[in-house]
Amino acid sequence: MPHINVDENLPGIRALMAFSPETATPMGELANALLRTNEVLSMAERELIAAHVSYLNDCFYCQQSHGAIAVCYLDGNNDLVEQVKRDYVNADIPDKLKALLAIAGSVQKGGKYVTPEQIEVARKLGATDKEIHDTVLIAAAFCMFNRYVDGLAANTPTDLASYPLRAKQIAEKGYGNHIFSSKQPVPENA
Amino acid sequence: MAYIDLQNDLPGIRGPMAYSPETGKALNELAEILLHDENNTLTRGERELIGAFVSSENDCFFCQNVHGAMAQYYFQSDMQFIDDIKKDYHSTPISDKLKSLLTIAGSVQKGGKYVTTEQVDYAKSLGATDKEVHDTVLIAAAFCMFNRYVDGLNTWAPQDRQVYVERAKMRAEDGYANMNLNK
Repeated sequence: MPHINVDENLPGIRALMAFSPETATPMGELANALLRTNEVLSMAERELIAAHVSYLNDCFYCQQSHGAIAVCYLDGNNDLVEQVKRDYVNADIPDKLKALLAIAGSVQKGGKYVTPEQIEVARKLGATDKEIHDTVLIAAAFCMFNRYVDGLAANTPTDLASYPLRAKQIAEKGYGNHIFSSKQPVPENA
Repeated sequence: MAYIDLQNDLPGIRGPMAYSPETGKALNELAEILLHDENNTLTRGERELIGAFVSSENDCFFCQNVHGAMAQYYFQSDMQFIDDIKKDYHSTPISDKLKSLLTIAGSVQKGGKYVTTEQVDYAKSLGATDKEVHDTVLIAAAFCMFNRYVDGLNTWAPQDRQVYVERAKMRAEDGYANMNLNK
């Protein structure tokens, strides 16, 4: 049960955002700026970083949600997303993305865990300043989102079939206050 | 030196904010509502103190000094008072309610799941509202982002702590939204 009185019909961060729309607005803008662009890093790569950090933070709602959004961008390749979350080193992804995931994993522990050597490895594999910047901020932002969701014990749907439906909303319309103000998707067989 | 070429010499978070204005704008709008908006039953000083405390727990020199100086300004205290709170808030003369909120913030710093029902119930028994619990958790969570952004890119920070104290009045008056990063 959530620690505060929120709309029980809304899952995860959506209920918290509905409780506090003033803070939801800039959080949605931040998510759009970081995750809804293909500039230097693809939207799929950005969501993979988010899902991996959420996995490391053990945030079920966020890792399932952003994993499902990554699946949308990766033509349904759920196996790849699951592997990147748990064991990216052995996943079939470019070495540059692996180097960025290593940086993201350090940010998850704390900013000072990022080492010059990790940056150097990423650079040698072609990572630009902008890619490193965005990786660090995506990882940092999910250290916020994950704590917001679990710190208030937000409702977490255990029905895995519901995540792809919400992911489709994001894939089509992006982030923003529509995720709590519009009708929540329901499975066809529900 | 920062890990990337920020194309400016600004200290702390202002460097990457100027480098990436679109995300910088969203981050400052969030800070404005959480820390500076007057429509809140927690005072600006209390909210800055939560930010300073979490930044101290995350060992982020720049953020704990910026927000410690902001709290010092609002509380009209000396630096020692803020340092005492960061080090051991239980033995300081702040209200029990604020202490209970700092306990929640300290749990958020470790990870969302460290917040317990007992911690929240205790804060509520001392008069904390749902909105105050919400804002405490989100302020603490947001500083877990700000701190990582600042240190994850290895930005530079002025080492003279008085620099932060001298800037606090201006930030208190101007707020965070539409911040002039070069000022």
